Amino acid sequence: MTPSPAPTDLAAALCVVLIFLVPCAAAGLALINTGLGRSRSASHLMMSSLCVLAIAAVVYCVCGFAWQGYIGGPSHSISLAGKSWDWIGAAPFFLRHLTLADSPASLAALLGMFSVGLAALIPLGSGADRWRLGACCGSTVLLAGWTYPLFAHWVWGGGWLAQLGANYGLGQGFVDSGGASTIQAVGGLTALSVAWILGARHGKYAHDGMPSAIPGHNGVFVLFGCLLALVGWLGLNSAGAILFNGAQPGVVALVAINTTLTAAMSGLMAAAITHTRFGKPDASLTANGWIGGLAASSAGCAFVNPAAAAAIGLLAGILVTLSVEWFELRMSVDDPGGSISAHAMGGLWGVLSVGIFAGVGAGGHSGQWLAQLVGIATLIGFVLPLTYGLNWLLDRVYPQRVSAEGERQGMDLYELGAGAYPEFITHSEEFTER
Amino acid sequence: MKILGFLLLLAGWAIVIAAVALLVVEAPRTAFVLAGIGVEIVGLVLVIRAHPARRGEHE
Repeated sequence: MTPSPAPTDLAAALCVVLIFLVPCAAAGLALINTGLGRSRSASHLMMSSLCVLAIAAVVYCVCGFAWQGYIGGPSHSISLAGKSWDWIGAAPFFLRHLTLADSPASLAALLGMFSVGLAALIPLGSGADRWRLGACCGSTVLLAGWTYPLFAHWVWGGGWLAQLGANYGLGQGFVDSGGASTIQAVGGLTALSVAWILGARHGKYAHDGMPSAIPGHNGVFVLFGCLLALVGWLGLNSAGAILFNGAQPGVVALVAINTTLTAAMSGLMAAAITHTRFGKPDASLTANGWIGGLAASSAGCAFVNPAAAAAIGLLAGILVTLSVEWFELRMSVDDPGGSISAHAMGGLWGVLSVGIFAGVGAGGHSGQWLAQLVGIATLIGFVLPLTYGLNWLLDRVYPQRVSAEGERQGMDLYELGAGAYPEFITHSEEFTER
Repeated sequence: MKILGFLLLLAGWAIVIAAVALLVVEAPRTAFVLAGIGVEIVGLVLVIRAHPARRGEHE
């Protein structure tokens, strides 16, 4: 990816408005995670979402943005086979020496502050009903302070992945305008690590390994969250395209059409698959499909035509729906919010789809798909071990899973002292021996 | 097995990086990138197989 020109005044003003929409995506994800969890953990999940967003914003401003950096900003490089590999930003901590008025770097910092919060919300879905509040906060410090900024520098800060085109002739370098890799895949792989470390909820798997269905407690939250997330994603994808790919304001309409089409096709595909298999469309899987489509749309929304966006969504819907079942049945991963399938699988597919469908720049570039593959290999081969290792270390220092008694009572009563719905009766039958 | 799986993930990534950095001709570079991803997939399978324990049932 070549350095983007500074946005014009009109583009900068539009960018600010679009960035202000991004918190809607966070609100949507928080509602989805809460709705797909149990009623006795609802208040805890919303509280965790708020704490995670707050901690991510603070940590990102303290050190995250310094390590993420921005295109043209200070950074550390190493030389490998005669080429410079830019691997981490070197800006001062606490946003010092950053021109906070009228500069592309300030817009990148603002978008990054919301984006890192979005990434940090994703693991809450996979850890629902058993992840301690303190552990969520600790894990967020690691994500917002190290994992996210490091990878975001490689993609958005002029790092080595972005320079694969200039240095090695791989298309335009790794392309991801809206954060399919930096936000969705990084958050989704962290969600997988957290689900592995925490283990399944009590009662989820019988002794013979067969999973029990533990349905979400509020479908209205889940589906309204999908609508809110769409608004946030329109802002996220559009602002990312302007800031990180030098798109002109006129491209926003195309980005919005592509984002909506991808989510729509993915959600419809999930509804069709579940209707075919179970006789009725499944609301939670349709929501997962919708979010998976949004995640997949982020990478190439500014570079594909609407027909390709629809095809990306269609395949995302199939992939996400099948992978939810695969993770639950084959891998014994208990992911109440479907975060791993929607965000990790959706995001990875979105990254790959750029190499398949997008003509990045005029007439397309050979090698683009290889650049996208290198990005995917980095996510699976480097980011997954990194985020797993960090969360494993945290678990050694501060056990992340709530005690059996806490899980029996529900996270609301055990950690917050009050339930979200005091008139609900807490059932205990599901904890009896099978 | 879990540690071996994670080591294979890192090794696969190292192969991908080495292929990009050291190889110039497109065909061998692509082949080695795909080989690196193959090693990552083997590592991922090992990590997955190391995590079937239903920790929630044993606590």
